[in-house]
Amino acid sequence: MMSQELLADKKVSGDDRRGLLFDTADWDFQTIQRTYDAIEDIALNDLGLSVYPNQVEIISSEQMLDAYCSVGMPVMYTHWSFGKRFVAEEAMYRKGYRGLAYEIVINSNPCISYCMEENTMAMQTLVVAHAAFGHNHFFKNNYLFQQWTCAEAILDYFEFAKRYIAECEERHGLRAVEDTLDAAHAVMDQSVFRYRRPSKLKVGEIERRQKERRQHEERTFQDLWRTVPQAKQSKETDEDQKQLEARKAQLKLPEENLLYFIEKQSPVLEPWQREIIRIVRSIAQYFYPQKQTKLMNEGCATFVHYYIVNELYDRGMISEGTLLEILHSHCNVVFQPEFDDPRYSGINPYALGFAMMQDIKRICEQPDAEDREWFPDIAGNNDWRGTLKSIWANYRDESFVNQFLSPRLIRQFKLFVVSDKSADDFVRIDAIHDEAGYRKVRADLAASYDITLGEPDIQIADVDFRGNRELVLRQTVREGVQVDQSDCTEIIKHLRHLWGYDVSLEGISSEDGSSIFKVTTDEAGDQS
Amino acid sequence: MAHLIDRRPNPREKSLGNRQRFLRRSREEIKRAVDKAVNERNISDAGNGGSISIPSRGITEPRFRLSPQHGNRQRVTPGNKEFVSGDTIAKPPSGGGGSGKDASDSGEGEDDFVFSLSRSEFLDILFDDLELPDLIKSSLKDTTVSEPRRAGYSNDGTTPNLNVLRTMRNSIGRRLALNKGGTARLKELEAEADELCEREDLDISQRTRLAQLYTEIEDLKRRGRRVPFIDPIDIRYNRFERRPVPATKAVMFCLMDVSASMGEHEKDLAKRFFVLLHLFLQRQYERVEIVFIRHTHIAQEVSEEEFFYGRESGGTMVSAALETMLKIQNERYATSDWNAYVAQASDGDNFSSDTVRCVGLLEDTILPACQFYAYIEILTEAEVSRLALAGNPGKELWRGYDALKTKWTNFSSKHVASRADIYPVFRELFARRQQEGHL
Repeated sequence: MMSQELLADKKVSGDDRRGLLFDTADWDFQTIQRTYDAIEDIALNDLGLSVYPNQVEIISSEQMLDAYCSVGMPVMYTHWSFGKRFVAEEAMYRKGYRGLAYEIVINSNPCISYCMEENTMAMQTLVVAHAAFGHNHFFKNNYLFQQWTCAEAILDYFEFAKRYIAECEERHGLRAVEDTLDAAHAVMDQSVFRYRRPSKLKVGEIERRQKERRQHEERTFQDLWRTVPQAKQSKETDEDQKQLEARKAQLKLPEENLLYFIEKQSPVLEPWQREIIRIVRSIAQYFYPQKQTKLMNEGCATFVHYYIVNELYDRGMISEGTLLEILHSHCNVVFQPEFDDPRYSGINPYALGFAMMQDIKRICEQPDAEDREWFPDIAGNNDWRGTLKSIWANYRDESFVNQFLSPRLIRQFKLFVVSDKSADDFVRIDAIHDEAGYRKVRADLAASYDITLGEPDIQIADVDFRGNRELVLRQTVREGVQVDQSDCTEIIKHLRHLWGYDVSLEGISSEDGSSIFKVTTDEAGDQS
Repeated sequence: MAHLIDRRPNPREKSLGNRQRFLRRSREEIKRAVDKAVNERNISDAGNGGSISIPSRGITEPRFRLSPQHGNRQRVTPGNKEFVSGDTIAKPPSGGGGSGKDASDSGEGEDDFVFSLSRSEFLDILFDDLELPDLIKSSLKDTTVSEPRRAGYSNDGTTPNLNVLRTMRNSIGRRLALNKGGTARLKELEAEADELCEREDLDISQRTRLAQLYTEIEDLKRRGRRVPFIDPIDIRYNRFERRPVPATKAVMFCLMDVSASMGEHEKDLAKRFFVLLHLFLQRQYERVEIVFIRHTHIAQEVSEEEFFYGRESGGTMVSAALETMLKIQNERYATSDWNAYVAQASDGDNFSSDTVRCVGLLEDTILPACQFYAYIEILTEAEVSRLALAGNPGKELWRGYDALKTKWTNFSSKHVASRADIYPVFRELFARRQQEGHL
């Protein structure tokens, strides 16, 4: 349906095939290069995008599976969990339950896009426009990526991580490295700086410093020291209390980045374990902006590919058949099943993102009275290119939805808010797509993209260095949404492995400060 | 300007290391699952691969997640049709909301991690603690025996495979073709020459004609002789292809003492032995039937279920089982059609008077009529060391059977105390098969 409509207002270009970039489904490198150049012309000179240099790589389906399973990175250290994902994904793929992604794009400089060799030429066109220009522009210009990731250094860093972990496996055994990695992976999501800017990655520097440290240790190793009796710890007096307070302040507690704290303060870790933890949290930090901009990133890329392929068609550079094939894939990607559809699994970021970008373009060009009321600053400014680019640069999903979701789209998606309270045995419809509900729907949808609300807020609250050195974690429980208990014991056991002493996790209500739950690795504490 | 790079020739199997780490990590679990599968399955399909599920406990990656059951939250959902604000909808009874299933599917819930093992992977793991050598493992896994089968003709081959009929057919055809019209012409000319010869009065022209005819006939004959009777291009050989063929059929008698002294452990060992024997026979024969005979002081044919899990108590009289077996063999499995394999598992207890009877039965009727008779005496480790200390070769039945071992090559007996002991019985079985192969 959609594609027919879209075609209807195209001028008929006739049978003039001389200007076509390609007219077969097969691709070769010259054709891709030629098409790339045509796309680049539109992207840079028409849309005015600013991108990292592109590196388009053709890979086989098996390599795609590989890339998939190691979080999409071209180089990644080895870990069993990636193997597990591979076994599962491969089984799904072989049985035909799931297709593979057409592309993967990496936020690096140069920006690497992977294209599958199975893609037809039409699909390669789509993929190049989508990944090499859409995502690429977003990576380069969005403030989150600019501030939090180093596109220049990331590939080298992964290379270093892979090499370093392989080295550790050789030096300290698979098992020891695996235990450390398992434990670190468990709290990866809670190991990012949300407010403080992390230091730049300097791979050579890290490696050199790390090596020096090890060499120094090896040079100065003296077994005799082990046999010298340790000085007894002095009895703590009241005066020490003050020192302890000072020390706690020195530790800068509470700390939101769990692995950072453990890396710096754990009493038991070996230097190489600290480095591994550092690697894991650096990777978590690298992916943190992506989590916050899924909707915008995909919306931007989908909008860009849609504009570019239509422009290619208008310029007579691709045939009607090619356009139809591309639109067919496009429509599959932006399909949003309704909530009672068995295929429904939340709001499709491609669908909502693309719809919002298109809607903003419409508001800039042909606003109606409602738009002028809701978006006075952009309605009818006739500069949708500039407007979109500034949005892509300065917003993340949450603020983007809060600012730019129009009543028209709320009606189009028929959005409604369901309020679910665990105490009630019913759910309530709080707002629907009507005059009274627009703002509530928009605010709630925006909140659902706020990952500080979507992920448990767990911080390190205290370390009792005087006594048993127990590491105390605290979840601030908002709206009674506590952390899922089933994994908790497992995770704090992992943390205990890294910390060396007991670890406990307590849920504290954000409303009245009361304790909601408590788990601990201390067996005795468990029973009492 | 874009860089286009073809990464396809890059080394494959980049994630091999990851996969190996994963398999190593879950090896224990997989092994346990395979063991469980073998115990649950029938002997006849114990060796097939298939999907096994391992508890995801060992391979979960725990992460802090918000509990879907607790607290208050707002969800924004697309596709409203009839709701207006203020509507209330009862929650589904399970409490977790309608998306409970979806959540566990996508969220790596507590479901077991299911994946399928191929037949060969499955057997690998099954054989792992039976300590089978690789050669035997691979031949056990190989279910097909191939045999040359006629498959048309070919232009080359060895002389014994020469197909005379085809060769001659080609030869005739070729000779006919090369002699095209020659034979008819020859006959014609000869008839004309004969006719001229018979006449007395030949004028000069006729005489020259006759001479002409003779030279022409001579020419034709020479031409005919120059066409060889058999040319290398005529020769055809029978072509053979190796096609998998099942040998024939076999019946496997499983005899087991189920008197009170056979416990869970003993039965488990016996079952493993029977499974292996079945796999081995499957490889050799098109059709393998299994007859289960259990005995106390009386013997009866039972289903597999009853065989392993039925409870029966009573004394021990091995000869009863042997007699039942003979009876069944005579009735249903004539020795001309069926290869009989007998596997007897027992803890070795028997009355001495009955042992004599058993040996007699074996020697007179059973051993001459069966391919292989395996007796495994299942002992506990303690019993093994006690026997060794006493310098005693085995228990009652073992001592009785001892004499048979030297006389009959198709008789084998072994003590089995752990899984690893099962293999030697097979080594004998295989060694025997290989000898036969050489004959």
